[in-house]
Amino acid sequence: MQFPTTIPPKEQPSELPVPKLEIRNLTKVFGQGKQRITAVDDVSLSLAPNEFSCIVGPSGCGKSTLLSIAAGLSKATSGKILVDGAPVPGPGADRGMVFQNYTLFPWLSVAENVAFGLRLKGMAKAELNRRVAHYLDIVGLSGSAKAYPKALSGGMKQRVAIARALANDPEVLLMDEPFGALDSQTKEQLQSFFHDLWAKSHITVLMITHDVEEAIFLSQRVHIMDKTGQLHETITIDLPTHRELDMKLTREFLDYKRHIVHALR
Amino acid sequence: MAASQIPHSSDNRSPEDRPPEDRREPALDRRYLRPSVFWSIRQGFPGWLQVTLVAVSLAIPILIWASLSYGQFVDARFLPTPSAVIVRGFSMLLEGDLIVDIFASSARVIAGFSFAALVGIPVGLAMGTFYSMDSLLGGFVRTARYLPIAAFVPLIIIWAGIDEASKIIIIFLGIVFYNATMIADAVKFIPNETLNVAYTLGATRWDVVRRVILPATLPSILDTLRVNIAGAWNFLVLSELIAAENGLGFTIVRSQRYLQTDRAMFCILVICMIGLATDFAFKLLFRLWLPWADSKMS
Repeated sequence: MQFPTTIPPKEQPSELPVPKLEIRNLTKVFGQGKQRITAVDDVSLSLAPNEFSCIVGPSGCGKSTLLSIAAGLSKATSGKILVDGAPVPGPGADRGMVFQNYTLFPWLSVAENVAFGLRLKGMAKAELNRRVAHYLDIVGLSGSAKAYPKALSGGMKQRVAIARALANDPEVLLMDEPFGALDSQTKEQLQSFFHDLWAKSHITVLMITHDVEEAIFLSQRVHIMDKTGQLHETITIDLPTHRELDMKLTREFLDYKRHIVHALR
Repeated sequence: MAASQIPHSSDNRSPEDRPPEDRREPALDRRYLRPSVFWSIRQGFPGWLQVTLVAVSLAIPILIWASLSYGQFVDARFLPTPSAVIVRGFSMLLEGDLIVDIFASSARVIAGFSFAALVGIPVGLAMGTFYSMDSLLGGFVRTARYLPIAAFVPLIIIWAGIDEASKIIIIFLGIVFYNATMIADAVKFIPNETLNVAYTLGATRWDVVRRVILPATLPSILDTLRVNIAGAWNFLVLSELIAAENGLGFTIVRSQRYLQTDRAMFCILVICMIGLATDFAFKLLFRLWLPWADSKMS
């Protein structure tokens, strides 16, 4: 079976509408001389508005470095990050981020965590409360609004982190293995939940994962990185837009999985 | 008493309590961790044993003191009996001078401690937060921590006189550098992701300092102050030993001149009690003010 495959350098961004997020010829080199390691090697990729893409790759392939640079949290050795066609020099509220761990502020209640970015913007109290309530409702945690993070389970914490990122209304949501630390049941629940959320809201998402099924299930395109830090292949996932967990057992899904697993070897 | 239980603590259930298939003696096998109550490491500790051990640790020094003094092994002028110290204490309280001393000493400690907090907390936060401030202030602060403040006392008296100012300066200098370095270290323990997520929510550097670094380090700040107030009392006594007209340290020195060991010992007990009370107050404040934090204090 053949998949529509695009090799990044051949991609012509000019033919497409202005991408929401564009990573252009990004290279990141750590160290000098003999210790010189190229973590990300000339990677270019772009996300159309409302697109959900995943980057998969073996551990240590530089995918987290790539995302951290996209968020503006570390500097690239060379290359550019563009949001809506304009280069961005540092981190900002336009690129929300969900990390794998440790990121709820323990001194704030669940509701205050979700309100963090809104408060920074100086949003009026009534509007802020409405928004926080709305997003807590979406992630199903209205009942825990006043709880402190230490009282929550891992899955609940990650739902709060997602609500906090979404409430801030970012142009692009960047996610670094957001479900990686969760047990498999909670993980699948959150995948399904997040897919529905994306289908409703149509935000633009770039997510990193080492879980191939997760990548196929959630994405419209899957970018495969290899150990050398290069973008190996981009696969368009031609599955119905509405997806349920059972889809993971279908023939087409497994064909995609087989292809990606082989590519990763 | 408690220690004698160690060899028997390998299984604290009697054979009858175990289900029948389990009624063999467990093999003393080196492959498995042997259970222990007394030497438990983060695996829980029974309340009764905790209370017993605390009581033992407090009772032993008191018992030694009591047997040496009541048994007249030591001259009562050198080591008064516990009851004599307490009787003397009550009469000191009734005379009224002791109350003056307590207030005078507490005021000095509060002044020196407050200045040390007022300077030490922002300096520590700045050092922990910014590389630039760490280089600019850290070199001096970390070096100054090793200056023997006691050796500076004569100089401080030359520079600041023998009034309240010199005593407050001694207490201030004694703890301000510890405040700063301990708080700087606490800032460095904040995970990078915690700061990064704030940036991706639109925070400026100032927002991060005010809304992330400050609240994240509050538990450590409170803990640092709690630990260092003990140091403040040490330096208070030091400052009052040299030159003072009142205060607990001053009374201790004067008692030495007249060989009134009971007076001196009661003053030491008073300082100890004040220390325990402030320690407790800090713990209470921690629990009420920072309910979100896991208390590291024991």
